[in-house]
Amino acid sequence: MEPSQKIMLITGTRKGIGRFLAEYYVGKGFRVIGCSRSPIDYELDHYEHFCLDVVDEPAVKAMFTKIRKQYGRLDVLVNNAGVASMNHMLLTPLSTINKVLNTNVAGTFLFCREAAKLMQKNRFGRIINFSTVAVPLKLEGEAIYSASKAAVVCLTQVLAKELANMGITVNAVGPTPIQTDLIRAVPQEKIDALLDHQAIRRFGNFEDISNVIDFYIRPESNFITGQVVYLGGV
Amino acid sequence: MSDTEKIIQVIFDAIDELNAQRPDETPLEKSAGTVLFGKSGSLDSLGLVNLIVAVEQGVEETFGASVTLADEKAMSQKNSPFRNVSSLAEYVDVLLSEDAD
Repeated sequence: MEPSQKIMLITGTRKGIGRFLAEYYVGKGFRVIGCSRSPIDYELDHYEHFCLDVVDEPAVKAMFTKIRKQYGRLDVLVNNAGVASMNHMLLTPLSTINKVLNTNVAGTFLFCREAAKLMQKNRFGRIINFSTVAVPLKLEGEAIYSASKAAVVCLTQVLAKELANMGITVNAVGPTPIQTDLIRAVPQEKIDALLDHQAIRRFGNFEDISNVIDFYIRPESNFITGQVVYLGGV
Repeated sequence: MSDTEKIIQVIFDAIDELNAQRPDETPLEKSAGTVLFGKSGSLDSLGLVNLIVAVEQGVEETFGASVTLADEKAMSQKNSPFRNVSSLAEYVDVLLSEDAD
């Protein structure tokens, strides 16, 4: 590995946006480390994969120890892993609430914490969290999902303050619906109604997200922290 | 080298790391009596956070054990484990003993 090669960790890289981002940033010269609960079915040069649950604290800490020992640094963390649940609140069991809050909030926090420990050694780091347009839109049927992502926004803004003097910025991107597994089960009329809330009424695509991440991680963005960019004009 | 000596060495290494991170400030002395945090301590809260992180990582590397130094238990101690190097070493020793049980 070249000493100047940047190290990026992306969660939830088995498929969808996470996989796209892994491939995209390897293509841009990053050394990418990814993780997911299940093994991946693809191979990628300059990419290393860990199988773990983002809320399995010992496994997460062990992964960060390996990163520290192998690379001695972490430049970028992209907290992409997340689960959704779309249902009327009267039909939402506690187990779903726990699962969504655990993965989306506790998982994001855990990765931010361990990443910041590593990033502060070099007085540099960029953390990008994932929110959603469901937060500002207050969508019916997404009470727990949007509440968990509202927590991610709050987390992002507080961590931005706590980590600023360590040279670490913390920002978030709030995607619109993208045609991935996450919205596979959502009825078409719900999706159409959601798109109607956007200034630009189309599905988002993976490049819309990487564009925002590119902005957050460029060296000139060292004065940008605690921000959330919602896509589509929401 | 005894475990206590190893723990003290881990803390000294963490102090070295911390001093390197803040070249513009008075270096923290490497001695058992060095006051870490409190009225006569030379660390601000951020300095203490960085020291704790460095000690946790050092403990993991030296002893292969993952310890959390700043949790509710540490904060509720009558005498803070972060008073000085010696008290911190004693606290690490306690946590390692509990981890081994």
